Amino acid sequence: MQQHVEKDILFELRLPAKADRLALVRAVVQRAVETAGCDDSLGQKLVIAVNEACMNIIQHAYHGVNDGKFELAVWKDVNMLYFRLTDQADHIDLNSVKSRDLDDIKPGGLGIHFISEIMDDFKIGHLQGDNGNYMEMIKTIE
Amino acid sequence: MKYNTREDSGYTVIEMAGEVDLSCSPDARKQILHCLDGALGVLVDLSQVSYIDSSGIASLVEGYQTAKKKNLNFGLIGVSEAAMSVLQLARLDKVFPIHDTVEDRVQGD
Repeated sequence: MQQHVEKDILFELRLPAKADRLALVRAVVQRAVETAGCDDSLGQKLVIAVNEACMNIIQHAYHGVNDGKFELAVWKDVNMLYFRLTDQADHIDLNSVKSRDLDDIKPGGLGIHFISEIMDDFKIGHLQGDNGNYMEMIKTIE
Repeated sequence: MKYNTREDSGYTVIEMAGEVDLSCSPDARKQILHCLDGALGVLVDLSQVSYIDSSGIASLVEGYQTAKKKNLNFGLIGVSEAAMSVLQLARLDKVFPIHDTVEDRVQGD
């Protein structure tokens, strides 16, 4: 992943980790990726992926507790879009974040599959210090 | 998300509309499971759904599995383009019985 370049930034958001803010995230991401030159089809997919990444923070990092915050930054570098999410939750078990066998029909566990299908690449990790996690996603748009 | 339920040809039809995401998918799940006491089963009409995330899809999967355990029918009706793209991503478009209308579904029973 490349380092965040300030001049190419599309937006930065800091939000409560609440499910009722997901619609706001989707609306902002939709407009941002349109601004970056994505067509409707790709834009809708990117919205799906970012929504799932935010859901992971709400459900699995903060465990549905509403007093946490997370940040989302999106920037463009030539024909690449970069998405970076960070939270201040306890460090998650990185080994638990993986796609599952889709032939096993059961509720849940689809978010990482959606992200890996839509994005070119993604990575997750712990922020330095005692808490905090990040997810970075990258997508070629041309 | 808004929803409405009605009875049609022995099925309970749940009409969902708007965005089905984590903020409302627990309600969608409850509604689906509650309605699985119908005579034949439940059909979920997704024609007016403009967005559905993996939590909404999970509610549908749970309904499908619960219906199977109760030996009831479960299916989707009039799936919108937005909902279909997510079902395809989850590779569930070939798992759920999907029909354009309730009438089409009934004819296939």
